[in-house]
Amino acid sequence: MLLPATVYILALVGLPFLIAIVYSVTDVTVGDTSLDFVGLDNFRRIIKTPQFQRALSNTLFFAIVSQVLIVVLATALAELLSRDFRGKRVVWFLIILPWATPIALGTVAWLWLLDSQFSPIDWVLRSVNLLGPGTLLGPEDHMVFLGREGLAMASVIMVHVWRLLPLAAVIVLAGLTTIPRDILDQAEVDGAGFWRILFRIKIPLIFPIISIAILFGLILTFGDMAVVFVLTRGGPIYYTQVLPTWAYFVGIEGGSLAEGAAIALFLFPLLLAVAILVLRSSRRMEIS
Amino acid sequence: MAVVETRDIKKYFGEVRAVDGVDLSTHDGEFLVLLGPSGCGKTTLLRIIAGLEQPTAGEVLLGGEVVNGLPPRARKIAMVFQSYALYPHMSVFDNIAFPLKAHGVSKEARKTKVGWATSILGIEKLLERKPRELSGGEKQRVALARALVREPSVFLLDEPLSNLDAQLRASARDELQQLQRRTGITTIYVTHDQVEAMGMGDRIAVMYQGKIRQLGTPQEVYDEPADTFVATFLGSPPMNLIEREDRLVGFRPERFLPTEAIELHADLVSFSFAVTRVEYLGADRLVYGAVGDVSGDTKAVSRLPSTVTVPIQPGDSYDFAVQTADLKFFDKVTGLRTGPRPF
Repeated sequence: MLLPATVYILALVGLPFLIAIVYSVTDVTVGDTSLDFVGLDNFRRIIKTPQFQRALSNTLFFAIVSQVLIVVLATALAELLSRDFRGKRVVWFLIILPWATPIALGTVAWLWLLDSQFSPIDWVLRSVNLLGPGTLLGPEDHMVFLGREGLAMASVIMVHVWRLLPLAAVIVLAGLTTIPRDILDQAEVDGAGFWRILFRIKIPLIFPIISIAILFGLILTFGDMAVVFVLTRGGPIYYTQVLPTWAYFVGIEGGSLAEGAAIALFLFPLLLAVAILVLRSSRRMEIS
Repeated sequence: MAVVETRDIKKYFGEVRAVDGVDLSTHDGEFLVLLGPSGCGKTTLLRIIAGLEQPTAGEVLLGGEVVNGLPPRARKIAMVFQSYALYPHMSVFDNIAFPLKAHGVSKEARKTKVGWATSILGIEKLLERKPRELSGGEKQRVALARALVREPSVFLLDEPLSNLDAQLRASARDELQQLQRRTGITTIYVTHDQVEAMGMGDRIAVMYQGKIRQLGTPQEVYDEPADTFVATFLGSPPMNLIEREDRLVGFRPERFLPTEAIELHADLVSFSFAVTRVEYLGADRLVYGAVGDVSGDTKAVSRLPSTVTVPIQPGDSYDFAVQTADLKFFDKVTGLRTGPRPF
């Protein structure tokens, strides 16, 4: 019964992973497919390049900032959705939409929204007098979201948060619903207000679940190249380059399969450690 | 200390009338029990008093002031839930100190108060533990300590003993009552267990279908039930009810004895009791059978103390009797109590 799943995982995850490991310790390129063992040379070489260093720091920044935003927003959203209000189903639908939409499609829509010439966001900002000569956001008529160092990274992070938020919110909401009604009533009778109940009761009680959401989020962030690839292709210059896109550019577009594999695998030990740590601590914190 | 009063409280969940016009007023420092079968609205009423539910109509007064709009934290009440609702991630100390912290009590004062509450309940040694490391009885005490620590003016207890085993329940009942007597805090106690209600309450409010059927001392509700519901809900086995002309006649099983076992022979009403089954329970015997009334035979029970040694065999008929003074009369249609009438 487990056979199809096993075959699927072995063929589509295990095999490419194994090939990547083999590639990363050889000198294989698109032009020369013979596998000559070179040890850790590829890793030593890529670490020294400024592009790699920039991609690594971008990846960490991108992952950490977007995770912090996702956790905070997901908790707020789940808190909101755990209440009853008119139009809850519509809100649900809107929230699930980014997750249900194919990544590339959603990101292309954002590409238009953030366009340097025709961005509707620019248009709105101009019409409320926040953008344009003599206004708060400056003399130019366009924000050029994807063309400036800080704004490009912010845009990438924003789109990524928009995309992962539904998953995180649903996970946190599932956690909130496991808290017994009595405990929340008791806290209210004991005199706790909204913030005290949130920070002293709800969040500690669902922390094991939040940490699972963070783990999923981190893995999806470290491993994802779609948002960056569609929005900026790593640019301007290398300002939004992350490890997955850099691995693609070096390995596939540049033809240096071995170096591409080494870049892609670079974070694997770190991710593995994070995953083990989170899973372990969440199990320890689980309340019997 | 405070008096709790509800004025014509109603709570409807859609078509369901969970609480349907309850007027209730406690005395200061009283132990009042809300007794009724599950689904009678007693917990909903308690939650309305606590402020956890808003009534559809009516007013809640604490110490003479209408508190309808106030959230639970502004009501100076403490509540103990059936599940005890201890915060599972906090130590016993933090659990008990939580309400103090929420009310901005200083760290030093918190320590003193927690020490005071835990010494009353004898749980000083448990302070470092987590709730999952406590037994049922210990959890209950921690929950009580947490309720006590704020020195509330009203205690609201929602079946706090129902999660304890039978042996523990008896001693917990005793402790709880002593605690209430010592602190003198007005207490409203919800239960479906008539033994708890009879044993602990200064007064009992018997609830059924969202209404209070009778409010009185344990003796009053047992000896002088206001209607057939109260008569049959209290007492184990319940009051016998037989039809006579246009009314129902009720008598307690322990008052329904073999004629020869009754010393005083004046003012007796006799029945021919066809015995079908006898249960020997040690301290007493339960005798099941039927007596004749207008609609034929009606089932009846007699509870004979072990001092009554008259031999009784299933299958035979015996002369049983009740003293006239022990007969209660109810209207056949409304079930309400009516005055005594010649039998």
